[in-house]
Amino acid sequence: MKRWRQPSVLPGFGLTFGFTTLFLSGIVLLPLAALVLETASMSWREFLHVITDPRAIGSYRLSFGASLLAASINAVFGFIIAWTLVRYEFPGRKMIDALIDMPFALPTAVSGIALTSVFASNGWIGRYLEPLGIKVAYTWIGVTVALTLIGMPFVVRSVQPALQEVQRDLEDAAETLGAGRFYIFRRIILPTVLPALLTGFTLAFARAVGEYGSVIFISGNLPMRTEITPLLIVIRLEEFDYRGAAALGFVMLVISFVMLLTINLLQAWGRRRYIAAGH
Amino acid sequence: MASPAYSLVDETGTRPGRDTVLGGVIRWTFITVSLVFLAALLFAPLATVIVMALSRGISAYLATFFDPDTRAAIRLTLITALVVVPVNTIFGFAAGWAIAKFEFRGKSFLITLIDLPLAVSPVISGMIYVLLFGLQGWFGRFLQDHDISIIFALPGIILATMFVTFPYVARELIPLMQQLGNDEEEAAITLGAGGWITFFRVTLPKVRWGLLYGIILSNARAMGEFGAVSVVSGHIRGLTNTMPLHIEILYNEYNFVGAFAVASLLMMLAIATLIVKTLVERTGYRRRY
Repeated sequence: MKRWRQPSVLPGFGLTFGFTTLFLSGIVLLPLAALVLETASMSWREFLHVITDPRAIGSYRLSFGASLLAASINAVFGFIIAWTLVRYEFPGRKMIDALIDMPFALPTAVSGIALTSVFASNGWIGRYLEPLGIKVAYTWIGVTVALTLIGMPFVVRSVQPALQEVQRDLEDAAETLGAGRFYIFRRIILPTVLPALLTGFTLAFARAVGEYGSVIFISGNLPMRTEITPLLIVIRLEEFDYRGAAALGFVMLVISFVMLLTINLLQAWGRRRYIAAGH
Repeated sequence: MASPAYSLVDETGTRPGRDTVLGGVIRWTFITVSLVFLAALLFAPLATVIVMALSRGISAYLATFFDPDTRAAIRLTLITALVVVPVNTIFGFAAGWAIAKFEFRGKSFLITLIDLPLAVSPVISGMIYVLLFGLQGWFGRFLQDHDISIIFALPGIILATMFVTFPYVARELIPLMQQLGNDEEEAAITLGAGGWITFFRVTLPKVRWGLLYGIILSNARAMGEFGAVSVVSGHIRGLTNTMPLHIEILYNEYNFVGAFAVASLLMMLAIATLIVKTLVERTGYRRRY
């Protein structure tokens, strides 16, 4: 019979493994189980009633719609930024490269109030968009802007290493053989970068769906219009409607798991392609 | 004069090479688009924090920090980080040692579980503790009878922050320790060193940059966490208000100078985090995304 753990001369397995699993169970698994069990204590009808409430449906539409849009914007601009940082030399490149991680490090409340003041109708950018009939702050556009900011580093940081791995000699060879710029991009660069781009897209989307802090300041929080699902959960909790909150949280949790699975599959796909490419 | 060299240059000029006019146009378009996108979305908000914080002058800015509620918020944020970050670090080492030094079944499942909090919405991270320890939660009655408060008090804030931040150190240490291998530790043990000596004298120096990296990321998240803490804190001024929550309160009271002044502190923390991160990367330690 194969042993569960292979023997080693190193000590401390019991201590470290025990502490890891105990801590993980106490901090993560037990509390998450509480959420699942709280939802399970509802009847099917009650559960369906809560999660298909028009206000809940309105919040999913905004949360998922804006997250999808933001992740798509990031897929395009994140790729352009990654390309610029990898391929071109220009003054300030290193500093901009370091600042890409800013949305990771910046507390969401700070980016929330800062974006709101920039895009409000008297803000630096908002005042030029207002005459064009574009209202950003306190509309779904503002929600999308906030979700774009917090998702941006995921795409750039996923695509950057992949772009660095594109074999320049292949591009040169294709060019020598008469391939055009777009052809090289489509047949050599895109296939190499695609898994990373999709991973970045999914990570940005997953992060955006659950985002709370940077959105609530800019969104205006009108029920059915500019209310995201996480905010609706907070409102339910403040009403002491724990079951209602748990049911909505359960829906979001299931979706997060699906996203996590997708990310893992995409990364496995990327690795297979990487190995198949002869590395 | 049609020398061979001349015709070669001529041919290169018409070939879609890297230095053609079109190449230059594409290059500058990409750089411009990138910079405009980042300027609107990132640089303008960062600059606005400073401008708004100083909009009534430096004395109004500084006055914010003499407000007792602001000081209480700063103190609470520091206390939370001082508890959470060391615990995260110990957990990171325990998980790193167990996962990187030993082969056992279910290892990748364990790694997935450690990453779990990163996939969960911050609001849910706070809510699960309310379901357990809130007034109408599972242990709510028990806690009330014994006069213990977790939700709307410091323990709840610490628990929620710990949930959100604990993968950061572990995620740095696990792949780094796996990559560095066990040879040196095995040599030390075989030569008669004890487990703790081996850890402090062999393992710790090897992983110091990854450790620093994980600690600063974990600290930045711990001090800046908003959603999870917002759900469990109850927003009691001067008592359970952390800095991010205090920003929200000041902002909703239209005290913009105060809100942006507190925000500027957190922004400086973020900038300091990025500087340390860049310095660590310069030592050759590179995070694998």
